[in-house]
Amino acid sequence: MAKITFITTDDKTITLEGTTGSVMQLAVDNSVPGIDGDCGGVCSCATCHVHVDPDHLEKTGEASEIEEDMLDLNDYSNERSRLCCQLEITEKLDGLVLQVAESD
Amino acid sequence: MEKSELPDPFKEVRELKGYGEMDDQNDPVTMILGLKNLRKCAHNWKTFQSGAEPGRIVIPSEVNIRDTRQIPFEVDPPEHKDFRALVDPWFKRPLEEAYKATLTQQINDIVDEVLAQDTVEVVSEFALRLQSRALTLLLNIPYEESETWISWGTHVFRSEGEALDGDKANILYDYIDEKITEAIEKPGDDLYSMLLAAQVNGKKLTREEVKGVMILTFAGGRDTVINTITNSVAYFAEHPESLDRLLAEPEITTKAVEELIRYFSPLTQMGRVVTEDTEVCEHAIKEDTRISLCWASANRDEKVFENPNDIVLDRKVNPHVAFGFSHHNCLGATHARQITNILLTTLAKKVKSIDIIDYNENIEELGEFKRKVGFNNLTVKFHKR
Repeated sequence: MAKITFITTDDKTITLEGTTGSVMQLAVDNSVPGIDGDCGGVCSCATCHVHVDPDHLEKTGEASEIEEDMLDLNDYSNERSRLCCQLEITEKLDGLVLQVAESD
Repeated sequence: MEKSELPDPFKEVRELKGYGEMDDQNDPVTMILGLKNLRKCAHNWKTFQSGAEPGRIVIPSEVNIRDTRQIPFEVDPPEHKDFRALVDPWFKRPLEEAYKATLTQQINDIVDEVLAQDTVEVVSEFALRLQSRALTLLLNIPYEESETWISWGTHVFRSEGEALDGDKANILYDYIDEKITEAIEKPGDDLYSMLLAAQVNGKKLTREEVKGVMILTFAGGRDTVINTITNSVAYFAEHPESLDRLLAEPEITTKAVEELIRYFSPLTQMGRVVTEDTEVCEHAIKEDTRISLCWASANRDEKVFENPNDIVLDRKVNPHVAFGFSHHNCLGATHARQITNILLTTLAKKVKSIDIIDYNENIEELGEFKRKVGFNNLTVKFHKR
């Protein structure tokens, strides 16, 4: 089980607990504003964009090249950007804090 | 070759040069074929604009049959953002439970209908009817209105043998004009009335702007959805094991939807008008010419997709561009995904197998390329589970 905290674009804090599946699915199932997951988690739509808390980059690891390519062309991305459909929930993510990225 | 196969005609040129060329009514097009370059061009709205002369970014060009600007499709940032923000919540309604339930009922009913028939011409008797009925939900208008759209036939703009048909386009434009007038006189809770009452940047939408959104809604979701439904039926006819798998593993359905839409790429390409002399794939492109973002080619890019010509129903990483990319990604994608998702679930539940009896392929002539995008007709027999 992992506790994951989302900070929304209007600064609300939502902490959720998950055991399996992707972080995107956890957020969508709990209606976290700004995480839409339109493509269902196959890294095609970029509607699950988050910024990882600077202290937690080790928990999430690095994005794959395909994910990087998606983020490169996102106007709101930075070096801590991830598409959270590509983050699989494991014990390792316990305590993770994610800032929901802005979008158009 | 399997009848359901959609070959990739772009492979050789994509790997060799990365771009192709075609003429379209004396307004030539440089086609961007690789995924990475296509994404860059799609994102760069300043150099590759959508807000050009209405109809010019469509291939085949519609400049000779349409003056109304489609919105938000033919508007660039920053104005685009406000129009998109206005219509986005409406076009996300397919995620609501009540919408899903009604759509499920519609699809259940039509699958039952075709199961009871001896043979079925899928394009006109299944796909067009399903698409038209579902569109009443997106517009939030009475179901009976779908009968009118079904009577128009499969193509609003295109008819066989000629790329553009002004008379057919006028049927749609006159119809929309009439419906806007009706909504002005008697507002309801439909899309027309929502748009007529709406404001963007403190200004009410003009009648012409409302018409622009409505034309987009009708035209963008017609051939594309019809091709997706028809190609899905052809695929399951030759892959009954996939119906069994979707029934046994319903959790893969959302992935299967994305994979089928990647493989079908029901919209082959979309154009942009070039605003300054530039270069793509080391190829010079002149100001005021056109490029196209060839979704169908990019979706088979072997640099990104493993076994790009195979349908891998549970493909896990699938960064396809079948719904476009960046600012102008498909407004109707939520509706299209919901239709496809429910269709797959329903077919898996009710259908054991499908026999293809007769078919005629729909092949697009794109300069040096010929692309099969679907079928002009497909006659099948559905068998109950």
